[in-house]
Amino acid sequence: MTASHYRRNALIFVLILSLFTVLVSALSAGAGSDVIATSFIKTLGKTLCLALVAIAMDLIWGYAGILSLGHFAFFALGGYMIGMWLMYERTKDIVTQSLNQATIPPTDQEIIDGIGTQIFGVVGSNEFPVIWMFADSLIAQALLVILVPALLAYLFGWFAFRSRVTGVYLSILTQAFTLALSLYLFQNESGLRGNNGLSGLQNLPYVDANQDLVSLWFFWASAVALGLGYLGASYVVSGKFGSVMRAIRDNEARVRFLGYKVETYKLAVFVGTAIIAAIAGALYYPQAGIVNPAEMAPIASIYLAVWVAIGGRGRLYGSVIGAIIVSLLSTWFTGGQAPDLSFGVFTLKWVDWWQVLLGVSFVLVTLYAPKGIGGLFDLLSRRGPSS
Amino acid sequence: MRTLLEVVGLSVSFDGFKAINNLSFDIRPAELRAVIGPNGAGKTTFMDIVTGKTKPDHGSVLWGEKSVNLVGLDEAEIAQAGIGRKFQKPTVFEDQTVFENLLMSLSSKRDVWSVFTYRRTEADCASVDKLALDIGLGDDLHRVAGELSHGQKQWLEIGMLLAQDPKLLLVDEPAAGMTPEEREKTTAILVEAAKTRAVVVVEHDMEFVRRLNCRVTVLHEGSVLAEGSLDHVTSNQEVIDVYLGR
Ligand SMILES: Nc1ncnc2c1ncn2[C@@H]1O[C@H](COP(=O)(O)OP(=O)(O)O)[C@@H](O)[C@H]1O
Ligand SMILES: [Mg+2]
Repeated sequence: MTASHYRRNALIFVLILSLFTVLVSALSAGAGSDVIATSFIKTLGKTLCLALVAIAMDLIWGYAGILSLGHFAFFALGGYMIGMWLMYERTKDIVTQSLNQATIPPTDQEIIDGIGTQIFGVVGSNEFPVIWMFADSLIAQALLVILVPALLAYLFGWFAFRSRVTGVYLSILTQAFTLALSLYLFQNESGLRGNNGLSGLQNLPYVDANQDLVSLWFFWASAVALGLGYLGASYVVSGKFGSVMRAIRDNEARVRFLGYKVETYKLAVFVGTAIIAAIAGALYYPQAGIVNPAEMAPIASIYLAVWVAIGGRGRLYGSVIGAIIVSLLSTWFTGGQAPDLSFGVFTLKWVDWWQVLLGVSFVLVTLYAPKGIGGLFDLLSRRGPSS
Repeated sequence: MRTLLEVVGLSVSFDGFKAINNLSFDIRPAELRAVIGPNGAGKTTFMDIVTGKTKPDHGSVLWGEKSVNLVGLDEAEIAQAGIGRKFQKPTVFEDQTVFENLLMSLSSKRDVWSVFTYRRTEADCASVDKLALDIGLGDDLHRVAGELSHGQKQWLEIGMLLAQDPKLLLVDEPAAGMTPEEREKTTAILVEAAKTRAVVVVEHDMEFVRRLNCRVTVLHEGSVLAEGSLDHVTSNQEVIDVYLGR
């Protein structure tokens, strides 16, 4: 695909996304309509975030050829970082209000202690761990959304790429990374409420707006982030950097002999995509309302790869389509909405069998349609008027 | 500058087998040199060592006016120092157009930031056009490299090397699998390239080497067996025994 193709695709993408956003907004409860329920607005908003993390996955896997099975960890970390601020401020709001009802006005220490008890009571503590020191600052936590995943990705990537770990070994290493991180966060001592995770994230502190409205705001923010992410990714892959990425994917030894430091490029892509994933996560979890260590279980990152494979890797719209279709279907099947099929003695319960269906689809796509759903567009455009 | 590349006492063994055995020789700037030798003589391994792919057990590879030892530098650093390499099997980026392949190879800053913020310039496009003409792919700039014929891929790879503007070009069996006309053209490209830089060509085909009309080094069992004009080395009894006689 040439640069002009990318430009055209990006334009079409942004157009469709804008139309979709306007349409959904108009039909939402936040706009006074009752066609689309607020819970579904949240589902759609979350889906847009998943599409964004799928773009990150496509960049690192589809374009740079690094099958990272750990990028969902960065996604969840982004959620944790913004979640700390949301939970802290929200709790502070509640604690202040309830203490203010007492006859003697509360001291600052009493408020802090109150927040501590509220947040850390579940893990048998009321002390604030050091990592919460910036939790009262939106700007600081927003920066940490980027900095923490970037730093972890940098450290991991520095060791892994420098020792020239590639292929399946690297994938296994990334799985170990996400597993280790999730196990660490499961501990109460991690300072992030162990297996409880952070909750109540759907409430915006100090903002007097109902969920109908808040969900719409997040939906918009997700749409804007996805649009910008797509444009940015499109710009990068269509230029010389994208050329080097694809070259590394296809023959990294050759790229070295051209004088490019392959390890540095891989590291840059790893860190860059970790940041995109983290931003997507920071927008996703306020819509989900809760983030916990189970989110970064190794399987989550594998699903991410499955979406991109089914959608068609190495093409940005493919990854978006894959993420949207598969995650929505997954919500539908596992949410119990899909009617069970009864075969007399045997009843097929989709809640259980969805995984099998997904697994089989993945294998079939990998074997027979390596270009995924996005490959269909090739067929269509080839049939259309020749360019 | 008398020598551009000086290989001194190079040895490497794989599982006890000495692929390169106390190898020494020099390449001067703007010299065309053919390296011949039977299969397994260590020709490709020699290139692997010079370009940083394989670390030698002993010896040094001294480069340029300052005689920098290249042993220990990584592939990218050596390439940036001015050594380009063409592989035995044509390795171009099949998924990308001729233009993209050449643009990526063009000598310019290689660090992540410069490449990330790179914007196409008129000058770069002109350089790519000129290179494409030189290698006979002027009309194929926007074709995907994977669609090119075997010979065209070989030329594209040579073009990518020239784009890097190296001081030394290492070319491994460029004529393999080429038609006679393609060979002729390849010879012309290499001879032309050697006017402004050193070119070392590894080749099996005697006719091809004869047409290069240059100094020849015969490798055998990882060291130099003979060196001189083609007629000189082909009349050497040892060379006849190990190589030509077979
Ligand atoms: N990485 C390696 N591991 C083990 N043996 C090798 C390796 N590279 C080359 N060899 C051996 O070293 C010898 C020289 O190989 P090579 O340099 O490819 O010869 P040629 O002169 O045909 O290019 C051969 O016997 C080959 O099998
Ligand atoms: Mg060889």
